[in-house]
Amino acid sequence: MDIRELQGYASFFMTVFLVVVLYSYIVYLYRSEKRGEKDYEKYGNIALDDKIDSTPIEHNPKSQSEKKELKNEYVND
Amino acid sequence: MQSHAALEYDYSVAKLFTYTTILFGFVGMLIGTFIAAQLAFPELNYWMGEYGTFSRLRPLHTNVVIYGFTVSGVFATFYYSAQRVLKVSMAESNFLMFVGKLQFVLYVILAAGMVVSLLMGYSSSKEYAEMEWPLDILTVAVWVLWGIVMFGLIGLRREKTLYISLWYFIATFLGVAMLYLFNNMALPTYFFSGGLGNIMHSVSMYSGTNDALVQWWWGHNAVAFVFTVPIIAMIYYFLPKESGQAIYSYKLSLLSFWGLMFVYLWAGSHHLLWSTVPDWMQSMGSIFSVVLILPSWGSAINMLLTMKGEWNQLTENPLIKFMVLASTFYMLSTLEGPIQAIKSVNAIAHFTDWIPGHVHDGVLGWVAFMIMASLFHMAPRMYKREIYSKKLMDAQFWLQITAVVLYFTSMWIAGITQGMMWRAVDEYGNLMYSFIDTVAVLNPYYTIRALAGVLYLTGFLMFAYNMYKTMTASRKIEAEPQFRSPMA
Repeated sequence: MDIRELQGYASFFMTVFLVVVLYSYIVYLYRSEKRGEKDYEKYGNIALDDKIDSTPIEHNPKSQSEKKELKNEYVND
Repeated sequence: MQSHAALEYDYSVAKLFTYTTILFGFVGMLIGTFIAAQLAFPELNYWMGEYGTFSRLRPLHTNVVIYGFTVSGVFATFYYSAQRVLKVSMAESNFLMFVGKLQFVLYVILAAGMVVSLLMGYSSSKEYAEMEWPLDILTVAVWVLWGIVMFGLIGLRREKTLYISLWYFIATFLGVAMLYLFNNMALPTYFFSGGLGNIMHSVSMYSGTNDALVQWWWGHNAVAFVFTVPIIAMIYYFLPKESGQAIYSYKLSLLSFWGLMFVYLWAGSHHLLWSTVPDWMQSMGSIFSVVLILPSWGSAINMLLTMKGEWNQLTENPLIKFMVLASTFYMLSTLEGPIQAIKSVNAIAHFTDWIPGHVHDGVLGWVAFMIMASLFHMAPRMYKREIYSKKLMDAQFWLQITAVVLYFTSMWIAGITQGMMWRAVDEYGNLMYSFIDTVAVLNPYYTIRALAGVLYLTGFLMFAYNMYKTMTASRKIEAEPQFRSPMA
């Protein structure tokens, strides 16, 4: 078996492997939503409600401004 | 209301790239129309000496529309939409604002260098990668600066989840970075030959078949990561936002994304069918190209279904018309491409006019429509004025759609005629036609294509005028429109 043939087989099996990974991802997406663990569709609203003062669909806890706001709320309380 | 209520999105960099999009769109399409006319009327080649020949102007056309018009459009829409889906303003970071403006300045220098050097005949002779090595280095700088802004904004974001458009912008950044670096590996001959020859000249690090493979790995992915991926980023943001309808299926957008990333990278070898690359690689190129229909149509159908129950908007809002037609042309060209990549079809189609026909139903119908629609959507929000004229936009739409249809139908007929004539043999196996026989037969179709170019360019001028008037003279609006863009 020369190097070209080896490359061909390597490419084929890598493709099969990646197809399995891709299909597993699809199954994961639908199954996790069916079990109620995730709700992917809500993320579609990120584009619709995109003013800077809109409430994020999911707050980023690492955001500096979020930290400041949480701190302010704590002080105000 | 949160404490950052007084904060606003900052569109200064988005506006700058909007101007270059319009400028390069006009220049690139003007050159394209001119070289289309040269093919119909060859005497136009002798108008400006060496600077006016088809061979000098053709790379100028492709580079200006790809790296001038489209990439400017990508940057403009990124600087507009990324802030909004991340809910963070460029104004919040002086550093990112500086980097964004620096990126624009370097980009303009790069674009000017590209136009001048190509016009002077400096070319690496690699299709869609003609720029010589000093400009390649500058390209890397511009790209890295874009990456700094992209990941800088992501680092500052208030919205935890990255919206699907951003996935596509990130993929554009990473895909182009990887492929551009590999394909442009070259040795500047001046420095490696002890000061001989022209300082601009370089030699590719690859040779023969390897060079062809790396070249078309890049060449096809210039289509993937400049003409497809960032344009999908645009439609996933601008169509839902303009129509007020969330994406039909967010899950479908995610799996289409990974499908596209997985498949698109390996379809490039279909440019080398029937050549000296290993046979298995040609077959894999064909197969991957056919499989590519699935993720492409996944995105396109998702977009069309987003309009479910709201199809009345198609008649009421010309912007929706632009975007829906863009999505439809995306479906058309992503079906046509795989058909051309089937080995037996490719034996007729390769090197014929069907190929530019295919490219142009994609770029005119999908890429340019989507970029123009995005800029129209952005204009009232950036300039706080309504769009100057709905009637003009409608007229532009019909003019340009006529142009696209004329372009691709004439090139379909021309290409298949050409392919059949090249292969025709008489009863003794001799070729029936010489090359000039095909040129004579194809002349009417070349004339139709040049006419299509004039119509499309006229439509683009109407777009530019409408944008200019929107920026300067249109009626001011008090509040930012939530969905549908206001227009007079």
